[in-house]
Amino acid sequence: MTSGKGLSANARLAVLAGVFLFFYFTPLSSPLISASLREAFLLLAEYAREHVLLCLIPAFFIAGAIMVFLNQQAVIRYLGPSANKVVSYSVASVSGSILAVCSCTVLPIFKGIYKKGAGIGPAVSFLYSGPAINILAIVLTAKVLGLRLGIARAIGAILFAFVIGLLMHLIYRREDAARATDERLFAVSQPEALRPLWQEGVFLFSMIGVLVFLNWAPSAGTMPVWDGIYRFKYVIVGVFALLLLVSLLRWFRRQEIGQWVSATRDFALQVLPLLFIGVLVAGFLLGRPGQRALIPESWIAALVGGNSLRANLFAAAAGALMYFATLTEVPIMQGLLGAGMGQGPSLALLLAGPSLSLPSILVIGGELGWKKTVTYVILVVAMSALAGLLYGLIP
Amino acid sequence: MTIQILGGGCAKCQKLAENAQAAINDSGLQAQVEKITDSDRIMEMGVMITPALAIDGQVKSSGKVLDKSEIARLIGA
Repeated sequence: MTSGKGLSANARLAVLAGVFLFFYFTPLSSPLISASLREAFLLLAEYAREHVLLCLIPAFFIAGAIMVFLNQQAVIRYLGPSANKVVSYSVASVSGSILAVCSCTVLPIFKGIYKKGAGIGPAVSFLYSGPAINILAIVLTAKVLGLRLGIARAIGAILFAFVIGLLMHLIYRREDAARATDERLFAVSQPEALRPLWQEGVFLFSMIGVLVFLNWAPSAGTMPVWDGIYRFKYVIVGVFALLLLVSLLRWFRRQEIGQWVSATRDFALQVLPLLFIGVLVAGFLLGRPGQRALIPESWIAALVGGNSLRANLFAAAAGALMYFATLTEVPIMQGLLGAGMGQGPSLALLLAGPSLSLPSILVIGGELGWKKTVTYVILVVAMSALAGLLYGLIP
Repeated sequence: MTIQILGGGCAKCQKLAENAQAAINDSGLQAQVEKITDSDRIMEMGVMITPALAIDGQVKSSGKVLDKSEIARLIGA
């Protein structure tokens, strides 16, 4: 990926020629293209001003803390072959937010649960919930697309993970019995705790407090309590920040704080470049809400406007095939919503989108076999469309 | 002695392999780094959360990017 160095001189010349040809033929001075370019940068500016500093940076710190401080093995234990099934499904449905903070860990864990552990049901629950309920995605959805859609996404994702896993188990339970399980993978190997759990709880809680109240929005008079909190939000944030500082200084060793900060940095480096590209592309194609960009709004409204069954199904199926890099679904949804996409189809796309993509379907197909993979994809698409339809009915 | 790095080749596994190599270089011990990327083999070794580090087939840590000094302690340098 390091550009240029591996290429021969002729290849470099060809790339250069391509760039010049692009600029030769692109009608940059046409009003539509220049308006779209303007939208791309204005949307990026909106993210830089409104969303990155107050919302994403605290969320990166929380994700870093989850990765460094929570004992992943303690969670994995509940996904072993002899674990209680109800507990397995519940843990698998929410554990995505703890175990899957890095997408490269999803597949090995999925494979381990499927082949050696609790079986296909909890494995699929985990596979679905991993990318869908990661903390960064939920937080940014709530901030950019509104609290209601953020909450609907979180609840929908957890519920879906549970139900889809259970359905897969019911459909394929006979094949499931003949596996060679391996308890060793799920053994708890790190018993030494560095501090009591409640101290880590206070630490995480204070960070979440900072994040939530920093992003508190006024209700413009409709809810007095809400507006009251808004007026004092920096005082509340200050209290939580103080709590965070005290818990860090009293309970954590210097080396651990270093690990936490560097995990946070690695997250930011991993996610932010993709998000910036995603925002630029979304801005260029779709524009900010209410602004025209390259793709005509009438197309969007015709395909996914309103709350028809067809619009919901289309949004769910498109989401299942499209690939979204971490978090880029948010600016794309923002553009689509602004261009006339209905609330129902938006939720359908958010529920089907991040968990599935054409590349991931191919990889899952290699592990599960085509029959099971097709069942899984159909379940995700059908349930997402249904959830979108129901959500769209709420006034 | 062989230090084995278990993981599919994501950024963290690379980092762990680099740290292991650095720890070997500092210690002056006769050892090499082997990368195990095949997920079936990783599971057979009893590891699910990558990256993991094993020494001569014995898994020492999983799910963590150990730094140079932690690896040095494990290999007894």
